[in-house]
Amino acid sequence: MVTEYTTIGEIAGPLVLLTDVDHATYEELVEIELPSGEQRRGKVLEVNRDRVLVQIFEGTRGVDISSTKVRFLGKSLELAVSPDILGRIFNGLGSPIDDGPKIIPEMMLDINGNPINPYARIYPQEFIQTGISSIDGLNTLVRGQKLPIFSGFGLPHSELAAQIARQATVPGSESPFAIVFAAMGITFEEANYFIRDFQETGAMERVVLFINLANDPTIERIATPRAALTAAEYLAFERGMHVLVILTDLTNYCEALREVSVARKEIPGRRGYPGYLYTDLSTIYERAGLLKGDKEGEVREGSITQIPVLSMPDDDKTHPIPDLTGYITEGQIILDRSLHRKGIYPPVNVLPSLSRLRDKGIGKGRTREDHSNLANQLFSSYAKSKEVEELAVVLGEAALTDTDRSFMALGEEFEDKFVRQAIDENRTIEETLSIGWDLLSKIPRAEIKRISEEYIDKYLPGNKDIDAGGETAGKKPESGSETAEEQS
Amino acid sequence: MGAGRIIKVSGPLIVAEGMDEARMFEVAKVSERELIGEIIELHGDQAYIQVYEDTSGLGPGEKVTGTGQALSIELGPGLLESIYDGIQRPLNKIYEKAGSYITRGLNINGLDRDRKFEFTPDPSLKEGQEIKVGDLLGEVKETELIIHRIMVPPTLKGGILVEKPKAGTYTVEDVIARVKAGDETQDVRMYHRWPVRTPRPIARKLVPEVPLVTGQRVIDTLFPIAKGGSATVPGPFGAGKTVVQHQLAKWSDANVIVYVGCGERGNEMTDVLQEFPELIDPATNRPLMERTVLIANTSNMPVAAREASVYTGITIAEYYRDMGYDVAVLADSTSRWAEAMREMSGRLEEMPGEEGYPAYLPSRIADFYERSGRVVCLGSEGRNGTLSVIGAVSPPGGDLSDPVVQATLKVVKVFWALEDQLAFERHFPAIGWLTSYSLYHDNLSEYMRNEVSPKWAETRVAAMSILQKEGELKELVRLVGLDSLSDTDRIVLETAKHIREDFLHQSAFDDVDAYTRMEKQFRMLETVVKLHRACESAIQKKVPLKKLLELKAREGIARMRNIEEDKMEKFDEIQEGIEKEIAGYSADSRQVEA
Repeated sequence: MVTEYTTIGEIAGPLVLLTDVDHATYEELVEIELPSGEQRRGKVLEVNRDRVLVQIFEGTRGVDISSTKVRFLGKSLELAVSPDILGRIFNGLGSPIDDGPKIIPEMMLDINGNPINPYARIYPQEFIQTGISSIDGLNTLVRGQKLPIFSGFGLPHSELAAQIARQATVPGSESPFAIVFAAMGITFEEANYFIRDFQETGAMERVVLFINLANDPTIERIATPRAALTAAEYLAFERGMHVLVILTDLTNYCEALREVSVARKEIPGRRGYPGYLYTDLSTIYERAGLLKGDKEGEVREGSITQIPVLSMPDDDKTHPIPDLTGYITEGQIILDRSLHRKGIYPPVNVLPSLSRLRDKGIGKGRTREDHSNLANQLFSSYAKSKEVEELAVVLGEAALTDTDRSFMALGEEFEDKFVRQAIDENRTIEETLSIGWDLLSKIPRAEIKRISEEYIDKYLPGNKDIDAGGETAGKKPESGSETAEEQS
Repeated sequence: MGAGRIIKVSGPLIVAEGMDEARMFEVAKVSERELIGEIIELHGDQAYIQVYEDTSGLGPGEKVTGTGQALSIELGPGLLESIYDGIQRPLNKIYEKAGSYITRGLNINGLDRDRKFEFTPDPSLKEGQEIKVGDLLGEVKETELIIHRIMVPPTLKGGILVEKPKAGTYTVEDVIARVKAGDETQDVRMYHRWPVRTPRPIARKLVPEVPLVTGQRVIDTLFPIAKGGSATVPGPFGAGKTVVQHQLAKWSDANVIVYVGCGERGNEMTDVLQEFPELIDPATNRPLMERTVLIANTSNMPVAAREASVYTGITIAEYYRDMGYDVAVLADSTSRWAEAMREMSGRLEEMPGEEGYPAYLPSRIADFYERSGRVVCLGSEGRNGTLSVIGAVSPPGGDLSDPVVQATLKVVKVFWALEDQLAFERHFPAIGWLTSYSLYHDNLSEYMRNEVSPKWAETRVAAMSILQKEGELKELVRLVGLDSLSDTDRIVLETAKHIREDFLHQSAFDDVDAYTRMEKQFRMLETVVKLHRACESAIQKKVPLKKLLELKAREGIARMRNIEEDKMEKFDEIQEGIEKEIAGYSADSRQVEA
């Protein structure tokens, strides 16, 4: 049945063009046998009558025109899955590379998956405690969310992702997350950091790793996140586990995609990336969430929460990769170089960071009643402190009012006490919130406008009518003088 | 209806030969699985077909059959409360049939064939009378909120009513009447099919002059949209486009809402699906879902169907408009639609225009928005209906020079510019007041004068000029500091702050604040402007600035948003309070001078 072809006509970049092919189908898996006997795999990108364009995952080095054999396998790239994949290490195409036994497949799954019916989804709203204040307090992660980390070269995104993987729990639920980790084009050292971290914390038995390093074949990267998410879907929706997927680094993935696009001489979109980058990324990011059961009203056990990591070229948020990602994911955690330089870990810049699913995941019964109010107040107060800081640069600190100074103080402490924490510090949500309230005691109570009176009375530390900004005591907190000077 | 063979597959585009009888924009069934596609280009006997489902596994030699029909959807009772994909397949039925994932080759009717509707005929109809397209045959109570009017569809010809409709329960396929046009007797059913790319016919267009009240203060007061108007919301990610669209879907006073989630997040559609049945319409006390149709083609669903989804949405909206309703289409996001066009254009190897978008992008966008309007519908009744279109745009990096934004601004009348700086400060809705605009102020002024207040326009202009002035002053403060401003300028800053924080800022999550009626909006703004005028004249009378900045009345203004809709007298109290307080200070300062 399977015919072998030796009709390669052209080879360019990662692509080969075959002629006189009888029957090939779009996206079909292809096996290539080099003159040396080496086997590689590829995928059909286009069929035009008897001409077939194939992308070789492991690259075309060593492929020749005369004697390389090509077989069409009549199916798309599949991943063998069974509960035994936990604790194992695979390459970017899903073959084991850890000297362990072969996986005896319980099922073979097409790595491209199928789109989830939006009607079959359940809206994510279970709070995940990562133990990191800047995430839990202000940009809360919930189970089933896709929340990327936007980073830059040299910033500690790996440390942060590993810390999240280590500490993430759903309060009140015993079972820890299973972790699916996909490395795309990262260095050996970075990958090793994660592996060692998983081993040291004893997490390895609930981790599945897919590793494509910087020196591994570039095009293989296109399959890596899909293989990883297929494994995640199996663990989550067939085995009922709660899965945390870490994909790093998506920028390398997109570059591989661009390489193929350029080799195909497609009309490029922004910065040479293909016009379908958005669609392509969405087929990765949208593979997260919670599902209904097979029947109406049932809930399927298990969930997929995604933390993709991507480095923004030149720290530019408007670069196509972070830009398109931000339009698909449910928020973003942005790391900031200036905070990093100040020695603050994790250097999360909370202002442009966002969790779109926060509001339904927090509050009474989930975290605490005052959480939403407090988060909004911290956002606006910290934004205000940044504004004051700018003003102080132009006009000098002497020109600041007392209220302005109180905001400056809040801003500094916010970075120092709230954002900064140790790499192994695991704060409960109560601890995070109480640090937040401590910060608010720096500013005059009249400036706390986003929190209802009830919560201020209940949670603001110290005296109820305290005027901590250093203003003259006894003045009515509602008076307009500070608010007037807020203009800048 | 010739059968051809596939010769090429490239992503969602396939080419088939032997398609001699094919017509442009005809629907074709591809391969044994009968995947749905649409012919978008013809070269000799070769047809280029965009396929609305995943094409993996297709190869040359497989069969392609034309259906002879343009891409059409079914219009009839049962549309409301539905959730469809881009080509009107009900997602709940797909779920019942295929489980959690959308598989291929599912052929499901847009309207349920088994569901029965209680039909009440129009009592004035007589057999033998002449009847025209658009004339009313009867009614079906589709949901508690909406009476579905059954009319002679524009797919038929008018003529003599030979068999008049009778009361009873019918499925959408049952024949309810017969109309004789010339020699031909036509069966009239409760549903008909309409090609989505063709605007439905109307008698004529009218100028829109009634506002679409959304309950969102920054929109209704500063940048209103008329019923039958068009608006766009561009903004970078995270600026709150979707929240604005959701708020409009929830609160705007249209009779029917069609929400098109075009290439957006799956969870967002789930949110709408879970929330709308629980949300109660303040005007009617019924779940909002009863007036809503959802079209969900999320980003990971096939790209060609995404291109079709906005047309599916607007065609359903036109159908309800033809019944004489006020309908609003919310399309989120038209950028994804444009990108789908770009992707197909690239596969067709067309010469690209700006940013790789096809050169026909602006005309497609214009065609889409021009399907909005206030119209006189077909039919003897002369019903009026409106169709408002609000499209979100997601420009890369929030850059407004993006071709989709520019092509959209050319045709829409209202521009709500979302600014990420406002979003960082968690000022929502993050609609920038200095860059946004509405061209409907003149059209709406008469309505506002009569229905809200004669002082409407004046108050709005006063508020806008304060905000404008604040913008200029802020620049100045940045350079020279606050102290160098005159007292009058300080008052401007103070008032502008009230406008921003106490009027424009509105919480979508607060029960009272989420929706504000026009009257309350006006009273809020009027109060702020009154305060401003009073302070200005007090400055003239040498009242010290400090006293004015510390007015107790400002506290009342900060709490205006929480005043309930039935307690409008509280505004009188606040306004009196302002006058009294300032009069007191003025008296003091006169004494000092004396």
